[in-house]
Amino acid sequence: MDISEIRTIEHDVLIVGAGGAGLSAAIEASAQGMSTGIVMKSLLGKAHTVMAEGGMAAALANVDSRDHWKIHFRDTMRGGKFLNVWRMAELHAKLAPERVKLLEEWGAVFDRTKEGLINQRNFGGHRYPRLAHVGDRTGLEMIRTLQDHGIHQGIETYMECTALDLVKDESGAVNGIVCMWRETGNFILFKAKAIIFATGGGGKAWDVTSNSWEYTGDGYAMAYEAGAELMDMEFNQFHPTGMVWPLSVKGILVTESVRGEGGILLNSEGTRFMYNYIPDRFKSETADTEEEAARWLAGDKNARRPPELLTRDVVARAINEEVKAGRGSKHGGAYLNIATQRSAEDIKRKLPSMYHQFKVLAELDITKEPMEVGPTCHYFMGGIRVEADTSMSTVPGLFACGECAAGMHGANRLGGNSLSDLLVFGYLSGKSAAEYARSKGTYTELDAEQVNSIIRNATSILNRESGENPYLLHEALEKNMQTNVGIIRKSETLDKGIAEIEKLKQSYKSVKAKGTSQFNPGWHEALSLRNLLITAESVARAALLREESRGAHTREDFPGEQPEWLKYNIAISKGANGQMQLHKVGRDAPDRELQRIAKSSIEDLEAEVAKEKQTSNLT
Amino acid sequence: MDKRTFRVYRGDNERGELKSYEVEINEGMVVLDVIHQIQAEQENDLAVRWNCKAGKCGSCSMEINGKPKLACMTRMNEYEPGQTIVVTPLKAFPVLKDLVSDVSWNYRQNERIKPVKLAPEAKTDRGYVMYQKDVDRIQEFRKCIECYLCQDVCHILRDHDKQDAFIGPRFMIRVASLEMHPLDIEDRLPELKEEFGSGYCNITRCCTDVCPEHINLTDNGIIPLKERVVDRFYDPVTILRRKIFGPRKKKLPPINK
Ligand code: SF4
Ligand code: SF4
Ligand code: FES
Repeated sequence: MDISEIRTIEHDVLIVGAGGAGLSAAIEASAQGMSTGIVMKSLLGKAHTVMAEGGMAAALANVDSRDHWKIHFRDTMRGGKFLNVWRMAELHAKLAPERVKLLEEWGAVFDRTKEGLINQRNFGGHRYPRLAHVGDRTGLEMIRTLQDHGIHQGIETYMECTALDLVKDESGAVNGIVCMWRETGNFILFKAKAIIFATGGGGKAWDVTSNSWEYTGDGYAMAYEAGAELMDMEFNQFHPTGMVWPLSVKGILVTESVRGEGGILLNSEGTRFMYNYIPDRFKSETADTEEEAARWLAGDKNARRPPELLTRDVVARAINEEVKAGRGSKHGGAYLNIATQRSAEDIKRKLPSMYHQFKVLAELDITKEPMEVGPTCHYFMGGIRVEADTSMSTVPGLFACGECAAGMHGANRLGGNSLSDLLVFGYLSGKSAAEYARSKGTYTELDAEQVNSIIRNATSILNRESGENPYLLHEALEKNMQTNVGIIRKSETLDKGIAEIEKLKQSYKSVKAKGTSQFNPGWHEALSLRNLLITAESVARAALLREESRGAHTREDFPGEQPEWLKYNIAISKGANGQMQLHKVGRDAPDRELQRIAKSSIEDLEAEVAKEKQTSNLT
Repeated sequence: MDKRTFRVYRGDNERGELKSYEVEINEGMVVLDVIHQIQAEQENDLAVRWNCKAGKCGSCSMEINGKPKLACMTRMNEYEPGQTIVVTPLKAFPVLKDLVSDVSWNYRQNERIKPVKLAPEAKTDRGYVMYQKDVDRIQEFRKCIECYLCQDVCHILRDHDKQDAFIGPRFMIRVASLEMHPLDIEDRLPELKEEFGSGYCNITRCCTDVCPEHINLTDNGIIPLKERVVDRFYDPVTILRRKIFGPRKKKLPPINK
């Protein structure tokens, strides 16, 4: 095929993915004077960010004046079991407040405090009420605000357009990408000086997931194919509270705000079981009686937080244990009760979309009855390995931000740190991609051979006489990941899981989509399956290699954190022979000051911060 | 388990037909589940839009037995056992394929609306100061998930094809969310009257009836906006005052920095 016949568009900076991260990146790149384009699989404003409910974490200190970036940073590192890239956690904690305030300037209307400031709520793992929010639809507010602001910044949007693979120049730098219009099936080429991936995660590899169809690990796979490194892929967060009934909505998220607003977890015997699962590291900061937890909910600043607000990995494992021990709820989860903790009026005001969701989908009134919840695959801490300050991957010209980038959250992400991550690193990556693009100067020609082979790979799925049904392959992959690479892992099942993925990879070679190239979901499914398989393989292999339990990665055969493993991240890349290669990479020594902050006791740090605040008030 | 007949539109804007499918229904299923089942088992290329499957993204808008609805929030037990279910794409917009319609017109309308502009004097180093009671009503409008069901049902767009004259209920409340923002200082009333066609709405309230977010579009958004237009452009006292004193600035709530 003569590639000059394919429509080609040029952008200094091209972004793939239009959730919170992609839009933030696009807005910043455009503000830097770059010709900016943004490619998305869905319509504008529909990305997975709309599903985020709870809020965005930022140490604004509007509700508890003791809050400070240092304490946010400490919470984040502890939540991530110290595997976070220190510098990223630092940047995040420092920049989040100003990004949230900027969002307000762009039109976001957050819930207010009595003083008329942005209100903040409690969330798991956060020392103070820290999440700026709008009821339980914060993600919608964020995406709509970025969208409504973004459309006036001269950014070109390419909706319902799927990115297939990257193209590189002779020097090995990224210089373009091949995409496909979902509506017509026509191909389109982008020449770009810098490309930012903001493609989200890959939760669709599991059966029970809170992720939508878009979450097929596209960014991981495209980056991997282009030679970039992935990192921390073994850390997949299972959100403790997904719906478990009815079956057709299994996995859909029940926001952590339910617990933030006081909701409690009970087993079938009516026991508030979280008291039995408090890890040593958090004992001194967690309430150990129901009486103390009740005081905390009533606003007593000296009371410690209820155990339901421990980090997500802890709560998810606890529910899993209870179910295994035969104390699960009717449909195999735990009971989450807010009805006994708050008035019906409060619940409807604070958690309107949860109320609505259960009312319609489960015919259950959460102001009267407990919900049934269980773990659901939710978030990838791992992803494309990037440089902390620039967000650039190991391939020149390719940047990544948001869920598809690794490092910020370490072994486990705190709720609320995702939305603020999107704002902070979306912005930073937009800025550094713009700088990089500026230094590049001109566009370079796309290599016809690479382009043709990408297109051939895509069309062969349609052109084949017969072959495997992509939906069934996807289903088999989901089952495999759910049973063999789930929340609790061990070498036997991981081995099995990897063997099954190898088999599926073979079957994938003959995948066939029926019909034409026009808006053909079967074809789209088959295309994303390649990405899911790469994602799944990287998760399973990394999970097998990391012989310890840390954060969201739990190995039954290697319980507990191993100090030795804190020294390494697992990086993954495509070997010269086409096989997936894993290597342990040593982590950089942390900055001394950051280490001091993260390791100091909460009392010491609070005293230090209070003193700092006092002196800055005096000046 | 229970067997049902689904009749689903297959085709594009020029030609198409309702095709019948026999499906098996399990407890708790919604219409979107059934469409997905047909897609996976019988028609791999049946086109449908969806994302969240929880009524939060507004992608899965279609007409079910003639009513504009979100397929992911429409439970099968809303229908009588044995009742045939007819699923068609939105009527007010061109069909791209099967259940997917071309909603790009809506995106163009949004671009015509002047963005938010907050009073600089209201900014403090702790952010903007505004009170919950002053933002309650615009937070209602901001719940909008852009499903465009209201656009689909509004007779001005649906039956009279006035897409060139009326911006539609979704964007009326988008304007309302800006005009009623306690700190916004932009003025959008002239274009609301002249270009966005606020006068076309004759308050049938069909938009409010279909809104899956239960936004009271008509009473809380559209009517107050229409009143502002009347006050500004048709009230003789206001007109005289404007002639003498110039356009009136919006009143900001008190700000304590
Ligand atoms: S109330 Fe107005 S905007 Fe709403 S459907 Fe009726 S005519 Fe259309
Ligand atoms: S106002 Fe309601 S019906 Fe209209 S687009 Fe928004 S959510 Fe949908
Ligand atoms: S799929 Fe998101 S609203 Fe139905």
